[in-house]
Amino acid sequence: MGIIPTTAAGIADAVRDGSVTASDVVERHLAAIEVREHEIHAFNLVGADAARTAAAAIDAAVAAGDDPGPLAGVPVALKDNMCTRGVETTCSSKILAGWRPPYDATVVERLTAAGAVVIGKTNLDEFAMGSSTENSAFGPTRNPHDISRVPGGSSGGSAAAVAAGFAPLGFGSDTGGSIRQPAALCGVVGVKTTYGAVSRYGLVAFASSLDQIGPFSTTVDDAALALEVIAGHDPMDSTSIPEPFPRLREVLDRGVEGLRVGRITDLPTGADPDVIERLEAAFDALGAAGAKIVDVEVPAFTYGLTAYYLIAPAEASSNLARYDGVRYGLRVDAPDTNAMYMATRHEGFGAEVKRRIMLGTYALSAGYYDAYYGKALRVRRLISDDFARAYEHADVLLTPTSPTVAFPIGAKTDNPLAMYLCDTYTIPSNLSGHPGMSVPFGTGADDLPVGVQVLASTCGEATMFQVAAELERAMESATP
Amino acid sequence: MTAATTTATEDALRGYELIVGLEVHVELATVTKLFSASPNRFGDEPNTNIDPVTLGLPGALPVLNRQAVELAMRIGLALNCTVKSCTFHRKNYFYPDMPKAYQISQYDEPLNVDGWLVLADGTRVGIERAHLEEDTGKSTHVGGSGGRIHGSGHSLIDFNRAGVPLVEIVSRPDIRTSEQAREYVNELRAILVAIGASDAKMEEGSMRVDANVSVHQPGTPLGTRCEIKNLNSVRSLGRAIEYEARRQVVLLEAGETVRQETRHWDETDGRTHTLRSKEDADDYRYFLEPDLVPLDPDPAWIERVRSALPMLPAERRQLLAAATGAAANSEAVMVVVDRGQDPYVLAVGDAGGDPARALVHVKEAFAEQGAEPVVPAAAIAKLTQMEVAGALTSTQVKQVLADLVAGEGDDPEAIAAAKGFEAVDTTALEAMVDEAIAAQPDAWEKYRAGEDKAVGALVGAVMKASKNQADGKAVTAILRSRRQ
Repeated sequence: MGIIPTTAAGIADAVRDGSVTASDVVERHLAAIEVREHEIHAFNLVGADAARTAAAAIDAAVAAGDDPGPLAGVPVALKDNMCTRGVETTCSSKILAGWRPPYDATVVERLTAAGAVVIGKTNLDEFAMGSSTENSAFGPTRNPHDISRVPGGSSGGSAAAVAAGFAPLGFGSDTGGSIRQPAALCGVVGVKTTYGAVSRYGLVAFASSLDQIGPFSTTVDDAALALEVIAGHDPMDSTSIPEPFPRLREVLDRGVEGLRVGRITDLPTGADPDVIERLEAAFDALGAAGAKIVDVEVPAFTYGLTAYYLIAPAEASSNLARYDGVRYGLRVDAPDTNAMYMATRHEGFGAEVKRRIMLGTYALSAGYYDAYYGKALRVRRLISDDFARAYEHADVLLTPTSPTVAFPIGAKTDNPLAMYLCDTYTIPSNLSGHPGMSVPFGTGADDLPVGVQVLASTCGEATMFQVAAELERAMESATP
Repeated sequence: MTAATTTATEDALRGYELIVGLEVHVELATVTKLFSASPNRFGDEPNTNIDPVTLGLPGALPVLNRQAVELAMRIGLALNCTVKSCTFHRKNYFYPDMPKAYQISQYDEPLNVDGWLVLADGTRVGIERAHLEEDTGKSTHVGGSGGRIHGSGHSLIDFNRAGVPLVEIVSRPDIRTSEQAREYVNELRAILVAIGASDAKMEEGSMRVDANVSVHQPGTPLGTRCEIKNLNSVRSLGRAIEYEARRQVVLLEAGETVRQETRHWDETDGRTHTLRSKEDADDYRYFLEPDLVPLDPDPAWIERVRSALPMLPAERRQLLAAATGAAANSEAVMVVVDRGQDPYVLAVGDAGGDPARALVHVKEAFAEQGAEPVVPAAAIAKLTQMEVAGALTSTQVKQVLADLVAGEGDDPEAIAAAKGFEAVDTTALEAMVDEAIAAQPDAWEKYRAGEDKAVGALVGAVMKASKNQADGKAVTAILRSRRQ
């Protein structure tokens, strides 16, 4: 038996050429889960039997001379807000506990069609609302680098799973930073594509105009590989981009010679010094590799957080209204229909979800719409316009991903505003629909990982990945 | 409108003017639902035409049905609307048969705006908008009285109807009488059926009408309106408007005010009842549907739809009226066009028949024949020729026609010959009239003295003598000429 590679690309190559079996790959990852999952709690569900069955099918295909696909035998961890046919999909909420979707999300379909093996469904902040994976009905996920700390969120389970070696690829959803921020805190790569690049069909909606599914991986190449599988037009999602998704893996070794890397001079303050230090190191590394560092302004960047906390809750208040106890999920019986709605939603939703439903309902209400939701939409427009202007002068922008390294569990649970500030740097690109990714770039306080965020213009994923790959090379050469 | 109705309504209104606007929902005759691939079919087993989108399952997303857009555009164009780029909004409210707890509808940017519809009396009723939206499921309340939720033990929900495409057609408040309201609905229905947009059956719920009713003194600002729901037939619509108008006039005359509210028409007691007041109305928290992109039909598409529109009923009635000499709003013309049999009547004319007589025959005898009657147009043409030539009496014509419709032969001459029909010649008829007068001198004297109905006994005697082969009209004509 060959040595099992650690990357998704390595595993897929080895499984395809028969040097390792998908079954061995799965067993190795199940063993890793067995060792550390009890202290990490990355998963809501580990599908060991289904994974073994899927792996056996891949091995049979290889034995029969068939190609199982570009992710042959690669274990993947799916955030538990992506529909998996017949497999519980809970959004870490009591209201959906036990619900088994009758269909697969498009992303899940594409992953399994490419030979990936779903190893489990990962924990999240309930309905993806949060930045620490503490708002889960099933308990918090812990950061593999320090289990007294949060992994970030809301896709903390997938980020932790990849960081802990439970799966080489994880998938999350990013509405305001929910892939990039946990990627930064867990020291892995995390990507949010241009809005519409990856199908949302089968992703349980939080805020439909902002949600994007994306990968977690240990290497930039693996993230590119994952996106080449899951991205691209889906007729089941009307907001899906019709044009083909760019080929990413082929640009990774192009370097950054001549690329313009933007520094946002009016970026909101608040990032810790250790984080800023790593950002400066990233500018230096790119400059040394031949990129041109340019100053740009994105004045509306600073209003992103405020606009987001009106737009996202507004959409959420509507998206989550369907959890009414009538058709699926939790139902708490009561004497009449309205009482049943109230009892079910009171019992089924956690505090943060209720807070956002209230916020959003208020923001959309007659008499308040213009002052809140309407104004937030105008700010959103401003942010897009400001970014568009910045991208006339820069090919990519570099910012911190998170203002801090991973913080202790419980540190911000009593202060929602402090928690919301975790997403200061990630939110604006959700509002504008632009792509962004977090690349691990060394460590900060307490030897905890720091991520640098690379932002690019609409459908600028190829350039973004070029820069991310350069940062990765810079880290490799800096690490003895 | 009949004179009697006008008087009754106007008396009851005591000088107030009635103002009515109608909101009509029609289910589109698409193959699949508005946002999913489930069949759009009435009458199937409950909860069989469903899918993740229809049930509002977590993660499901809507995809707009192109055929629904095209049918909605047809409606807009047939109603002289401007078809424009538009958006979809979410209308948020909780109801058990509404799977997502919001309805995808069109709000401030509808597909069709600013059209009109002309009633038979020439009144032009403005169309404010005709927009696309999805239908809800259907609740059945078990254990209560009359299927109402009040007092019911439990409810059953059928989601087959959820997501069925609807077009809501909103008229301007240009309707002034209950009769006009009925005509509006009938005309709209005829148009919808003619363009293939909907089967528009009020009894099956594929066409649903709500009426906004207010009254005011002419020359003063419009009164407060009430919206009347649960109108299950054109007749209910008329009755409900008349009742509601009287109710409002009585309130105003008593110095009270009309409250803006939604009222429920009760067919059994013939009244409207408060359903909810404006204060109780839901705040629908409309916002742009983020799961859909704006719909921007390109001009070439709009033109293709426009040029493919069939001739509308009003124009078809004009054509049929011109060909037959009947009035465009005569019952025969209305009925025959409604059945889609007007091309058939015109074909009878083209085949050398008499169009006026063909119109009457088709109206009387072709109720079950549909738009493409099985009787060859040439057969009806020949029948009307025989009729014009006096070769058959009107009674004989009816019998031959009945055989043709029943599929017993398609040559009127052969049918007539087989039945032994020969036109009774005038001399023979005169002789039979003489015999009838001689046999019933009393009846003859009464008739001569001006008692018209006495003619019946005489005609009856002739018919009997001729074994029903005589033409009753001809007999009456002979008797009338003898009297002078």
